[in-house]
Amino acid sequence: MKYVLMFVDTEQFAAELAGLDEVERERAYGRVQQWFAEHADKITHHRKLLDPETATTVRLDGGEPMVTDGPFVEGKEVVSGYAEIDVADLDEALRVAKSWPACPIVEIRPIAG
Amino acid sequence: MTEPSHDELARVVRDHAGRLAAALIPLVGDFAAAEDLVQDAVEAALTHWPVEGIPDRPDGWLYTVARRRGLDRLRRDRRHRTKLALVAWPAEPEPDDRLRLIFTCCHPALPRTAQIALTLRVVCGLTTAQIAKAFLVPGTTVAQRITRAKRKISDAGIPYRIPDPDELGGRLDDVLAVIYLLFNEGYLPSSRTHTADRDLTDDAEFLAALLHQLMPAEAEVMGLLALIRLHHARAAARFGPAGEIIQLPAQDRSQWDHDAIAEAGQLIARAAALRRPGPYQLQAAIVACHAEAKRWDDTDWTQIVVLYDMLLYLAPSPVTRLHRAIALRYVSGPRAALAELGALAHDLEDYHLFHATLAELLRDLDRRDEARAADERALRLTSNPAEQDLLRQRLA
Repeated sequence: MKYVLMFVDTEQFAAELAGLDEVERERAYGRVQQWFAEHADKITHHRKLLDPETATTVRLDGGEPMVTDGPFVEGKEVVSGYAEIDVADLDEALRVAKSWPACPIVEIRPIAG
Repeated sequence: MTEPSHDELARVVRDHAGRLAAALIPLVGDFAAAEDLVQDAVEAALTHWPVEGIPDRPDGWLYTVARRRGLDRLRRDRRHRTKLALVAWPAEPEPDDRLRLIFTCCHPALPRTAQIALTLRVVCGLTTAQIAKAFLVPGTTVAQRITRAKRKISDAGIPYRIPDPDELGGRLDDVLAVIYLLFNEGYLPSSRTHTADRDLTDDAEFLAALLHQLMPAEAEVMGLLALIRLHHARAAARFGPAGEIIQLPAQDRSQWDHDAIAEAGQLIARAAALRRPGPYQLQAAIVACHAEAKRWDDTDWTQIVVLYDMLLYLAPSPVTRLHRAIALRYVSGPRAALAELGALAHDLEDYHLFHATLAELLRDLDRRDEARAADERALRLTSNPAEQDLLRQRLA
């Protein structure tokens, strides 16, 4: 079954990351790279997203499409990236997600079809 | 055939519904579809058996109904139909596969309310209407919970299997939590008198015993089973003729089932020998201290306080601290217990038992006005009729 793991940042996590020195940050990135390497056989593709400040939202439920600056919900938790994985079942997806070494929340969504 | 009693009917359904579900799921290859068939068969049994009597082979009877419905319902899916049509219910019982069933129903990706409803329906064979009645919620709510949970099992790929050894501990905690909640709901229903036709503590005991049979080396399973059995053993003495609560000091201990208490004590000792202590074993040990005392005055309060200390170490909680304070009153006096309560006032300000305990301690210290205020507060906070009666008596 295919799932998307959505990596979710929190304000606190962003602040912690910003507070790291160069060496610590390299080490943190190293752990993420290692995670991707360890699960390479299950990850079909993955992307990191730029900050929510760069987001633009289009609303189509009114008459004319309405374009606004920022993400569709202003919140303290924002999706910062995703990985699509192909695994046997939810338990295996959970196992992969639980070992994620970076941001503090991971949402697991099955892919339709 | 004689007309079966209510309890007998519940017991036979409970013994067979889960087995049937466990056998049908791999056969049909779909948790939700198989579960629907079991539910159909259970509904049919509850219609026929009270009139016709319980058949000699209830398992075969249920299977035949489920299979017939399955062939009907699964018309569109030839694969399922063919499998169902080919297989007959075995004359000898299959290896017990209900552990997979239990772990799937209690999967952490499902909300707790759904875990409970699903476990009752799939493993214990309760109907949706029976679950709704036991929890005093509309039938549509329960039906919705079950439908959503089954859809999630299939859409999100929740597996039908026993967790791997490295996950088993955490997953077992979820199963134990579900059984414990069921037991608590049955033991002291939050919002009704104990007149429901279904005693959830029976289902909790059945599940704990089943789990113990399937996982005989798990100390906490033994602890929970002992805890439930100790409560059952004393159930007859807990209520008076009018349904009023009789508190522990005033209970007629000759009404307790002393054989069952002794057996539960042996179970606790066997669990302790495994040297993996846990919250359920400790709670069972505390209840055993009460159950094994010949008279109220013989209660070993020092031992109880020690057990509460261990429990607080493993599973800190304000409610457990409250219970420790209640025990402490008999070791160190009401003043010491009252001091303990002071530290809990913030966490437990909406908990009726906190205020009822406070009232008792204040009465011991002859602070009657404050005691009365605390009892009044407790009365406002509980919705259980038997507890309300008890508090009203104290206020009268």
